[in-house]
Amino acid sequence: MKTFLKINLPIFDPKRDLSITRFRLVLATLLVLILTSVVIARLINLQVLNYDRYKTLSVENRVGLVPVPPVRGQIIDRNGQILADNHPAYELEILPDKVENIEHTIKEIRKLIALNERELEAFVRVLKLRPSFEPQILKHNLSSEEASIIAVNQHRFPGISLRANLRRTYPFSELVAHVVGYVSRISDEDLKNIDLTAYRGTRYIGKVGVEANYEEELLGVAGYETVEFNAHGRIIRSLDYQSPTAGWNVNLTLDIELQRVAHDALGNRKGSVVVLQPNSGDVLALVSSPDYDPNLFSKGLSVKSYDILRNSPGKPLMNRAIYGRYAPGSTIKPILGVSALEDGFDFERKIFCEGEFHLPGRDRPYRCWKRDGHGEVNLVEAIAQSCDVFFYELSLTLGIEQMARWFRHFGLGKETKVDLNGESIGLVPDSAWKKSAYDESWFPGETVITGIGQGYLLATPLQLAVATAAIANNGKIIKPRLLSHLENTETGDILMGPDVEVMSRIPTSSSMLSIISKGMIDVVHGSKGTARATGIGLPYIIAGKTGTSQLISITDHDEKDRINTPDNLVDHALFVAFAPADNPRIVIAIVVENGGSGSKAAAPIAKKIFDYYFIDRLLRASATWKEFGFG
Amino acid sequence: MRPPPGRNLDLVSRLHIDGALFLGIIMLLVAGLFIVFSAGGENWDLLQRHGIRIIISLFILLLIAQIPPHSLRRWSPYLFLFSVASLVLVLLVGYVGRGAQSWLELGILRFQPSEVMKLAIPMVIVWILTRRPLPPKLMDLIFAGIATLLPSFLVVMQPDLGTAVLLIFSGLSAIFLAGVRWRHLLAMIAFVAAMAPYLWYQLHDHQRTRIVTMFNPWDDPMGSGYHIIQSQIAVGSAGIAGKGWLNGTQSQLEFIPERSTDFIFAVYAEEFGLIGAIVLIVLYLFVIGRALVLAYKAEDSYTRLLIGSLALTFFFYIFVNTAMVTGVLPVVGIPLPLISYGGTSMVTVMAAFGVIMSASTHKRLMR
Repeated sequence: MKTFLKINLPIFDPKRDLSITRFRLVLATLLVLILTSVVIARLINLQVLNYDRYKTLSVENRVGLVPVPPVRGQIIDRNGQILADNHPAYELEILPDKVENIEHTIKEIRKLIALNERELEAFVRVLKLRPSFEPQILKHNLSSEEASIIAVNQHRFPGISLRANLRRTYPFSELVAHVVGYVSRISDEDLKNIDLTAYRGTRYIGKVGVEANYEEELLGVAGYETVEFNAHGRIIRSLDYQSPTAGWNVNLTLDIELQRVAHDALGNRKGSVVVLQPNSGDVLALVSSPDYDPNLFSKGLSVKSYDILRNSPGKPLMNRAIYGRYAPGSTIKPILGVSALEDGFDFERKIFCEGEFHLPGRDRPYRCWKRDGHGEVNLVEAIAQSCDVFFYELSLTLGIEQMARWFRHFGLGKETKVDLNGESIGLVPDSAWKKSAYDESWFPGETVITGIGQGYLLATPLQLAVATAAIANNGKIIKPRLLSHLENTETGDILMGPDVEVMSRIPTSSSMLSIISKGMIDVVHGSKGTARATGIGLPYIIAGKTGTSQLISITDHDEKDRINTPDNLVDHALFVAFAPADNPRIVIAIVVENGGSGSKAAAPIAKKIFDYYFIDRLLRASATWKEFGFG
Repeated sequence: MRPPPGRNLDLVSRLHIDGALFLGIIMLLVAGLFIVFSAGGENWDLLQRHGIRIIISLFILLLIAQIPPHSLRRWSPYLFLFSVASLVLVLLVGYVGRGAQSWLELGILRFQPSEVMKLAIPMVIVWILTRRPLPPKLMDLIFAGIATLLPSFLVVMQPDLGTAVLLIFSGLSAIFLAGVRWRHLLAMIAFVAAMAPYLWYQLHDHQRTRIVTMFNPWDDPMGSGYHIIQSQIAVGSAGIAGKGWLNGTQSQLEFIPERSTDFIFAVYAEEFGLIGAIVLIVLYLFVIGRALVLAYKAEDSYTRLLIGSLALTFFFYIFVNTAMVTGVLPVVGIPLPLISYGGTSMVTVMAAFGVIMSASTHKRLMR
């Protein structure tokens, strides 16, 4: 440095330097003050002038409303048995942010509980798509043992948590599947039809059955929790809580014990059993077979499993009781009997059955089921023995228009208005219908086969039960009902279901109906009744009517050919009945698909149900009374 | 006036400490402990590490204060050359932290040469300019310009825009205080302005986005605008009185990014409001003002310029940080000196105060 100074010989003037630098220091101080003022002005702008705006933004940042789903109402049978319940189910969640090595963690968890490959794949897929501060579900529906294993070991796995949810469960599973129905995840289709605010926090919706029909009542009202979030969306604390209102408990008219008897009596055959109270319309049992386990849906069913279920040849998802359309066969004869009597037909008039019937001037034979004929039969005998020729004759006299009118009087061809969605109205044919459906005129041959419940005529098991109930209850078409009452367990409030509703009255009298009943009693108790085997030794009187709904016309096949008919073309067996005949308490309608004859396949099912209802149930009740010291 | 040197020197003078300046620094450091504790989410470990850094930095301050200014002056070019070499080294073998390659590993020590530069640039420029009578000649100004721009360019390459800007400010401070002629100053500003398009091109995409974002952060509130929006919400929602210590919702719920380092001022302003912010700024102004007074009183150009330019550098540090946090300047990652959690920054700032102490307390010994 010294050499440097020597060469340049600078002349230092400390006073000049001092004044220059001091002046600059003053300028620098001014700059400091100006720039500081800028920052302070900015602070005043933010903290004073725009305070309200930023205050609001900071509250919006951290405070959120989290919907609290309501507890769905239970579905309960008439005896207090719970048909649809809510059980705690646990989900295993992982917060990726808090987990150092997810693969390792999953490996360790697998040592404790089983993980399903499909769920694991879904987890890995979602993990890549969603932000890492969002918890993701690793496993659904942990059993309580699995949940407790995780709970005990939770300290080993930071970022792992159990979340308790309520899952819909159906303790009687497939036994009441078609009545109760099921809930399932809200679909895109559902989203179009529902009020989204009502479903905030709720992930399930009733899809079919009572679950769908009383969705609004069962749902309840969501509550809200006001919570504080951090920047990562994690809930820090609860600020306010508005509790949800549980849904109504839906109490049904259904009797689960009777349902079980009916279900077991039908066994693994396809078909349906409906049991009603003829005076109230209470549905005591509603069986449709095959069935399915509704728990599968609330647990979450894969699209593949659902397709398998839906496309299964037995159609287990179809509720045959309200949607199965069957030719009623001979079970239609009592209705025709009523219409004939009202048309002025003498109840004592006899018609000769020689085993077949011919339309005037035609050769084509319409056969009676009994090849060698019933001989001379009156109306009561014709019903008891199910004489086809008698009813061919009767139909021809009545004509299709009058027959159709009477079918409608009995509730066929229209909805029963039962409180279940998806009811079929069946089909009551007449000439106008045929014109519009086939653009053809009505043929007399079609009239006579309609007279034995074949041809175009179609009815659901529930419609047959309602029509039979009308014979039992003096001609009232009663609206079948599943809802008994709604109950709020929190407040104890009870809302009674609708009163007994008479949809219409059949324009006939009790004397006419008692003639028909006589015929139906003789079906079971008469010496020549088609279901006399069922009536042997019965301590109560049944009025019933067998039916066999032919899938192949009798005229086309001989008896011996029918033995070799493939299973799916074997006749459907039907039976409708009420008992006790003098004071009807219950009405039953049974269809056994491909069951063969009504007397052999269907009537014994009715007997089991009646036996339970009139004997076993009462014995059990009296045993209970004895147990309590009242015997 | 201070008492003449003698046997009865008090401890403060004996340690070459300016009492008022030291008091101001200690007050800021103590405030920093409270703010770091809150900003760190009441993390005791973090607080402990911060405390240890404060103690180490205080020792460094005291150590440097003992070095006579003429030694510092002699070492200036070597410190500068060493720092430039470190910057080159950092670009070659540096450790990448927080997106920029700015760290050097030296055994157990890890430091950022760019931080040391904040001290080295003013020292070397003052060294260059005070070898001849003031105001500086054009040739010396060119040297000073190179001494500023070369390291700044190396830092931009890391890329660390914020520190580079501060380095330019530190160089300009020294040049300005040396009494640079206005026409030369204008020429330099024009040169930097002419370089601006080239620099813009040199910037990384995220840096360009930050600058654009400053003008309208709400265009991308969840992306590039997130930092500045959350920071402004924190500051604005505090109002005049603030939300109270440990009660800042934006801070405690982690809405403020880098809350214990670059955005610590947002945490403080949220919890202590406008009143607290002004108190802190006044405290800073006290420290800066005291340093400027020491510069004013300094009896030779070297110490005067050294103290003055370091004080101004320190001010720009605070200004850029608070302006960034409040949305006046774009988001450039620089900490709030003496308050933010972070090692190298704390050490260099305290070292700079050590130099100021040395320059202001040794003057009589030089006479």
